[in-house]
Amino acid sequence: MDKLIYLDNAATTKTAPEVVEAMLPYFTEYYGNPSSVYSFAAKSKEAEDRQRAVIADALGAKSNEIYFTAGGTESDNWAIKATAEAYESKGKHIITSRIEHHAVLHTCEYLEKRGFEVTYLNVDENGVVDLEELKQAIRPDTILISIMFANNEIGTIEPVKEIGAIAKEHGILFHTDAVQAFGQIPIQVDEMNIDMLSASGHKLNGPKGIGFLYIRKGLKLKNFIHGGAQERKRRAGTENVPGIVGLGTAVARAVRTMEERTAKEKEVRDYLIDRVLKEIPYTKLNGHPTDRLPNNANFSFRFIEGESMLLSLDMAGICGSSGSACTSGSLDPSHVLLAIGLPHEIAHGSLRLTLNEEITKEDIDYVVENLKKIIENLRKMSPLYEDFIKKQTN
Amino acid sequence: MYSEKVMDHFQHPRNMGEIEGASGVGTVGNAKCGDIMRIYLDIDDNQIIRDVKFKTFGCGAAVATSSMATELVKGKNIKEAMQVTNKAVMEALDGLPPVKVHCSLLAEEAIHAALWDYAQKNGIEIEGLEKPKSDIHEGEEEEDEEY
Repeated sequence: MDKLIYLDNAATTKTAPEVVEAMLPYFTEYYGNPSSVYSFAAKSKEAEDRQRAVIADALGAKSNEIYFTAGGTESDNWAIKATAEAYESKGKHIITSRIEHHAVLHTCEYLEKRGFEVTYLNVDENGVVDLEELKQAIRPDTILISIMFANNEIGTIEPVKEIGAIAKEHGILFHTDAVQAFGQIPIQVDEMNIDMLSASGHKLNGPKGIGFLYIRKGLKLKNFIHGGAQERKRRAGTENVPGIVGLGTAVARAVRTMEERTAKEKEVRDYLIDRVLKEIPYTKLNGHPTDRLPNNANFSFRFIEGESMLLSLDMAGICGSSGSACTSGSLDPSHVLLAIGLPHEIAHGSLRLTLNEEITKEDIDYVVENLKKIIENLRKMSPLYEDFIKKQTN
Repeated sequence: MYSEKVMDHFQHPRNMGEIEGASGVGTVGNAKCGDIMRIYLDIDDNQIIRDVKFKTFGCGAAVATSSMATELVKGKNIKEAMQVTNKAVMEALDGLPPVKVHCSLLAEEAIHAALWDYAQKNGIEIEGLEKPKSDIHEGEEEEDEEY
């Protein structure tokens, strides 16, 4: 199979060549431990500080508010568990949403088993959190609101600025999982009243295994990983210097190219959405029609199941993902698709295609032509479609 | 994740389709769990399965197990068809990933449901055949503890 059209950039992205190039010297030339005293190791320390400043700049934050972690999941775990621990004398209530990533949801469930109470906010049919419901959920013992910046499956962008304002007004800390949004949408932590923000390198053409947590200065958060005095004593372990250099380079690149890149992605994505909705019957777009990540398209095709669609697409060299149960190893389809009100059988037939700037309209033409054939074939095989057609003709 | 045989049956499903006026039709599974199988049997006066077709809504393994099950029962008499178990289907496919074993159970169920329909229509009893369950998934799997 020569052809490869990679439309799963929400899962991970290709590491940009300039990122790899920037990282390489930190494996073989400047491999010193940033904590060491001798001048040779200073190169590593300098590189780390430089990248921290780049990332802080991208968020309108200060360098000493950026803490490197092993990725988005660790950042989410740290933010939520450490807030719970630090502020439990104030209260044991947390507010989040039903459509968070499992890194947030399972962390909240973990805390529930340890005596915390969690309110899971509903979302509307587009996947947007209801601000009125949020206000009503706030109690005197609420210590944290954790709402994602943009959803990883359906791409919906949440009203983060409004949520931040509500949190601030009530004196509650606000954490946002920005793993999908960072690098795709401009984010300013002060303007949006964000107290903690999680991000990951490999979602923005950086390396895997590196991410960061932004922690607003003054928060009492303790460390999550115990050991040495790295990261201002808050995150122990020898720094992943090549990873940090890669992450910083990727962030600088993402900021530099954001406008042009996302404009191009939006144009190609809208072309994809238009063609699919026009040319494939019994199809629905999931997520907000306009307030969505520039590279995200998510469809539900009735009468068919997602995994068989993915296998068929793979044979044509197209990589996508699905919220079908069969792709998750459980019997339930994606919690996000159920939260926006899709019935189970329609949630099983979902397909997420997430673009990058290299995807062209010609690529999309190839994808749509294949998708049409695949869906037609799978529907021919589907007893649900058979029953539906028989009902129509009777 | 799938064996070559599974992929072959998924890509080139055998006996996919419908039989008009079939001797027996069985549908099992439910859309909620993401898989439904329907088997059509054409059975002659000597109780030989002359033709068999399937339709499946489900994952790659669901399609492949349906396809393989139809191959295994075609040309057999109904007693022999009763011997086509989920194990037989899995073995014929060179195995399935553990999370997909329920698909092979569904294939066995679908054959049995179609045979049941045939037996009902003809007022006969088939040894060892029980009334199909409406939902084979009920209480079948427990959620994993993830912490």
